[in-house]
Amino acid sequence: MDIYLILLLDVINGMASLFLLSLGLAIIFGMMKIINLAHGEFIMLGAYATVISTNAGVNIWIAMLLIAPLFVGLVGLLIERCLIRFLYGRLVDSMLATWGLSLLIIGIVTTIFGNTIQGVPTPLGGFSIGNYRSSYYTLFLLAMALVMIAIVYGVMRHTRLGLIARATMQNPAMANTLGINPARVYMGTFAAGAAVTGLAGGLLAPVSGITPVMGGAYVAKAFITVVGGGAAMLSGTLSASTLFGSLNQIGAYFTTPVYGEVIVFTAAIILIRLLPQGISGRFLKGNL
Amino acid sequence: MILSRRRFLHRSAVASAALIGAPAILRHSASAADNPILLGALHDQSGPLAASGTPMVYALNLAVEEINAAGGLIGRPVKAIHYDTQSNIQMYSQYAQQLALKDKVAVVHGGITSASREAVRPTFDRFKVPYFYNVLYEGGVCDRNTFCTGTTPAQTVEKLVPSAMNKAGKKAYIIAADYNYGQITAKWMTKYVKDNGGEVLSIDFFPLDVTNFGPTISKIQAAKPDLILSALVGGNHTAFYRQWASAGMKSQIPIASTTFGLVNEPSTLDATESENILGAYGYFEELDTQASKTFVEKIKKAQPDTPYISELAAATYEGVHLWALGVQKAGSIDRMKLIEALESGISFDGPSGKVLIDKATHHATRNAFLAEVKGRKWSVLESYQDVQPLDTASVCDLVKNPNDTKQYVINL
Repeated sequence: MDIYLILLLDVINGMASLFLLSLGLAIIFGMMKIINLAHGEFIMLGAYATVISTNAGVNIWIAMLLIAPLFVGLVGLLIERCLIRFLYGRLVDSMLATWGLSLLIIGIVTTIFGNTIQGVPTPLGGFSIGNYRSSYYTLFLLAMALVMIAIVYGVMRHTRLGLIARATMQNPAMANTLGINPARVYMGTFAAGAAVTGLAGGLLAPVSGITPVMGGAYVAKAFITVVGGGAAMLSGTLSASTLFGSLNQIGAYFTTPVYGEVIVFTAAIILIRLLPQGISGRFLKGNL
Repeated sequence: MILSRRRFLHRSAVASAALIGAPAILRHSASAADNPILLGALHDQSGPLAASGTPMVYALNLAVEEINAAGGLIGRPVKAIHYDTQSNIQMYSQYAQQLALKDKVAVVHGGITSASREAVRPTFDRFKVPYFYNVLYEGGVCDRNTFCTGTTPAQTVEKLVPSAMNKAGKKAYIIAADYNYGQITAKWMTKYVKDNGGEVLSIDFFPLDVTNFGPTISKIQAAKPDLILSALVGGNHTAFYRQWASAGMKSQIPIASTTFGLVNEPSTLDATESENILGAYGYFEELDTQASKTFVEKIKKAQPDTPYISELAAATYEGVHLWALGVQKAGSIDRMKLIEALESGISFDGPSGKVLIDKATHHATRNAFLAEVKGRKWSVLESYQDVQPLDTASVCDLVKNPNDTKQYVINL
């Protein structure tokens, strides 16, 4: 019996981390139709920001929850101003540019910090359920995923800022005639997406091996989650990360980690074949 | 002066011929002056494997410097020609051709992963360039042109598994990276667990980009082993040690690994995550012998930012020196004379102790060490003298089949 509780925690862990990893990408891709291939590197930057500031003596919670998102948000702002703003509406060009950007970021981080594994210890610690042990950090990740859902929903639905953002995404020309500067909204959205990704990197820092090339392990899964989720930023990402996260964890438990990965990617292929618009394109129309 | 057209043409033809010819003539006379022996080297200094490759290059340069400081080889200095293979197998193939055909080197040292070795070994066989592979690996390469100076599972796993089982218990759970190194090492682990009267509960393989080990940790808990044997590889896989510690399992079930600490895991992971992990290699930076201390000191002096100096660096250093001894004994850089000299029982006293080339397998008989992580450093528990590469010896006999060039998969 206890083992099922533990397995449930694994599934929650898989879902929550996938959701956190994909949300920033969903904001950038879902709202602005920019395919950010440097998404993995934003995660990596968030993780490095956490590790470097923790090792410099900053409290780990401040490092994870404040420094990582702020730093990556600023990096995102800079990148939007210097690179992305010339590429709106040019899908293929944006892929090429962000791919180059990802190589550049990897190169810079390698030059500064070297190609070695970094890390911070996991805070909190473990608890037991019967004979089994699990980590409080899993529950913390779940809590953070819920907080992020609440924040994104609240901002988009109930603030003027969210209204402006949604209006600009729907019809930039009309928003412009009503006195809104779309360029500024895009800038803010991109920075917000980067900050959310940085937060995910910070949150995963204590449970991963941090190297300059770590982004590669996350970027594919984040993409299939966002594409599988479809246009609706929040409900799409949430439903897809629930589906893929649980398939991955359950698959890995009952078969092997190799098949766990295979199952997820197979499921993604089938899903896209059956629902080309993603889950939210079919079932959750009109949701945020 | 009045220039006739004919004279002008004549003069300019002579002048341009001299200009074009000059570099060749200059180069010819320059090479006659010092005429170095060229040593080719292929290591990854960028990309994911850079942390392994960089110390190897430092060690190689140190060995070459020492050889030159001692007056060079057969009256000639040694010059290293180094290419950064960028953790990319394609680069290995390309630079191997370049070393053999363009640079015409006398010997090549290098290769890190087994895949990279198998990419370049046929090239050096074909163009008859002696090749040294100075890395611990899964064993079985049987090739008269190739010398493998690192340890193989019979030298390390064979020591690691029984001592871990003595400490922890008989039931083992194996986790390994999903490519040839992990697969073959898992087989060796299984063999030694069974040889020592133990039982393997399960073997799990992980693709190199797996980052979430939650389900595995649950599975391990459900299986209730006495011991974890790990052959996990790379940055993503270090996540296992963290997630294991954060679930509070660190104090419950001990871990022994054939890969942990080969780069710099003990110094980057937190003490709570790495304490008491067991490992066995052909060399540890912390070895307390004079030769080892001097070696570490020299490398750190030349390159203060060197990451952990592991068996990879030590075996590279020893490999270059073994080659130098071979050249001196042969009195020539001729390939067959060198191979015969190296087969005559040449040994070098390096940082890990005595390293002897085994005639029948072209592997090294060398010391092996068992160590445990204590306070983010390795603490060497035991040394084993002159351990033979028995695994490769069971399938490979170059005395009987000198034309063999295969890598045997050792059946277990």
